[in-house]
Amino acid sequence: MTETLLTVAGLSKSFRARGTGLFRRPVRAVSDVSFTLQRGETLGLVGESGCGKSTLARLVLNLIPPDSGHVTIGGDAFTRAGREAQRRLRRRMQIVFQDALSSLNPRMTVGVNIAEPLRLQGIGNAAERREAAHGLLERVGLRVQDAERYPHEFSGGQCQRIAIARALILKPDIVVFDEAVSALDVSIRAQILRLVLDLQQQLGLSYIFISHDLGVVKRVSDRIAVMYLGRIVEIGPADELVRGPLHPYAEALLRAIPIADPRRMRVRDLGLAEGEAASPMNPPDGCAFHQRCTRQLAICASDIPAVHHVSPGRSTACFLHASPAASRQAAD
Amino acid sequence: MTGPSMSGGDIALDVRNLRTRFGPQHGGVIAVDGVSLTLRRGRTTALVGESGSGKSVTALSIMGLIEPPGRVIDGTVLLDGRDLRTASDREMEAIRGARIGMVFQDPLTSLNPALTIGSQIAETILAHEPVSAAAAHARAVTLLEHVGVADAAARAQDYPHHFSGGMRQRVLIAAAIACRPGIIIADEPTTALDVTVQAKILRLLHDLQQEMHASLLLITHDLGVVASMADDVLVMYAGRVLEHADVDTLFHAPKHPYTRALLGCIAGIEDDRTAPLQPIEGLPPDLRNPPPGCRFAPRCVHAVAACTAAVPALQTIADGHSVACFRAMEALGDD
Repeated sequence: MTETLLTVAGLSKSFRARGTGLFRRPVRAVSDVSFTLQRGETLGLVGESGCGKSTLARLVLNLIPPDSGHVTIGGDAFTRAGREAQRRLRRRMQIVFQDALSSLNPRMTVGVNIAEPLRLQGIGNAAERREAAHGLLERVGLRVQDAERYPHEFSGGQCQRIAIARALILKPDIVVFDEAVSALDVSIRAQILRLVLDLQQQLGLSYIFISHDLGVVKRVSDRIAVMYLGRIVEIGPADELVRGPLHPYAEALLRAIPIADPRRMRVRDLGLAEGEAASPMNPPDGCAFHQRCTRQLAICASDIPAVHHVSPGRSTACFLHASPAASRQAAD
Repeated sequence: MTGPSMSGGDIALDVRNLRTRFGPQHGGVIAVDGVSLTLRRGRTTALVGESGSGKSVTALSIMGLIEPPGRVIDGTVLLDGRDLRTASDREMEAIRGARIGMVFQDPLTSLNPALTIGSQIAETILAHEPVSAAAAHARAVTLLEHVGVADAAARAQDYPHHFSGGMRQRVLIAAAIACRPGIIIADEPTTALDVTVQAKILRLLHDLQQEMHASLLLITHDLGVVASMADDVLVMYAGRVLEHADVDTLFHAPKHPYTRALLGCIAGIEDDRTAPLQPIEGLPPDLRNPPPGCRFAPRCVHAVAACTAAVPALQTIADGHSVACFRAMEALGDD
């Protein structure tokens, strides 16, 4: 039986752009994003630079306040909870960033770094916290002795293991990985992905896995959400989405990825999307992708497509897959 | 030891036993340790490896761009029978740009922020050819059009910061091909770009290379890029070439345990989530203190005593296929 652990509803966030006067217009980083996360599930979040995926992660973790929308963890409101409730709920959701070394405190030993969230939450005494940190070091594939060393003594992959240990020390239900393996070499990346998958099995964790690399996202995710210019344009089971994307942008993204098999794909087979991504500073009217879309309808330039449920578990924000009524309207 | 005797295509550049050291003679790091490769006209050769494998240093060594305290200490780089290692700085300047075009990962640092992009491309032409400034500028505009910059005449007046990452890479490619070099060296040309932009830049590089019948040396860590672009592939690890093969053999019948393990590490878009991911355990060696024998031996599941006793030479095992592994001829099972 599935249990909805996290509900994200209608999250939006604008930032004030740099500049003055007329040029100081807001940038819509995230627009009306909704999704749920089931217990034990991994939701992959994929998109290119500037699509808003990292801002969305920060909104979900309540590290920045949304302009509208809300986040619920296990039925408890997280977004506008009181200070004490927020502190308690924060334990249930942790994040691992891309640059592990800079996310660790260089003046603290690895052991103290890992135990720091416990201290901040006022959990246990010093000895108990140290013991918890030691246990996690072994779980992430490091040695207990490594607790006494400093972050700069470790390689990129090892720092990512330390960051994962720190994210797990509060026994969260949900871990958000924000480009957590993007800076790593192929062989080290595979080690960390294996660790991430093993930990999920052992601890029953739920993940939100954010990356620009659809290959990596596909490897770890049950479901995938594709973002473009601040919106989720398609969400669905990973296999189905990769086999048959519904949204023209998801399709363009998939066809642009070179496959590591020269018998199946050479450079001439790479799909080329028209133009370049529109700027969030100056988004086009209608669907943000319409100027690059090869299948655009008249309505795409004027109206923003809502997210439509297409088949069980699959939704997309595209007029091509809208309800019959919307399609008729589009055809007129 | 000879390189693979690849049939077809005449030789544009022949590199033999290249060795490059950083730091002092004793205690320094040999970043490139005996690399040999042959670039042929009309073909793309990929140099693939992880960080620190020496692939970029190989390219810089070929172009004579190693800065002291780094130094190329051995080997030959033959361009039309001429060893570039004996060329003067002035001769190398004439060769770079005119005979060998270069494209790097980060186009913003490769471009001068204070000059319009039209004048930067014109500058390359003027440095190598006796043409007027007006003629060079006109050619710069034509080149920009050729690499897919819309409204080229107007864009030539813009500065690098006016361009997106993908457009800047097009500008850099225009500069690299301005004098129609026979060889293009591209070092991670699409690593900083989004995947939809990468697809377009790869296509552009491929089309230009075909059209100019040039040799392309493509340096990348991305096996997907290798599979779609390369004719021949060299796999580097800790400064050495471990395997050299045509692209189909490398992906479908790799012999070196490192190549095989690397292919097992890729998170392919079509892989089943339930298929086990097979990482390579351990870390690449510290080149200040490299392991004896084969440098991959400490991480290799097939390593035997011989592997740490001596360095396996790169040996030809079939036409166009060479491997540096003592166990290359054995049928090694999957671990």
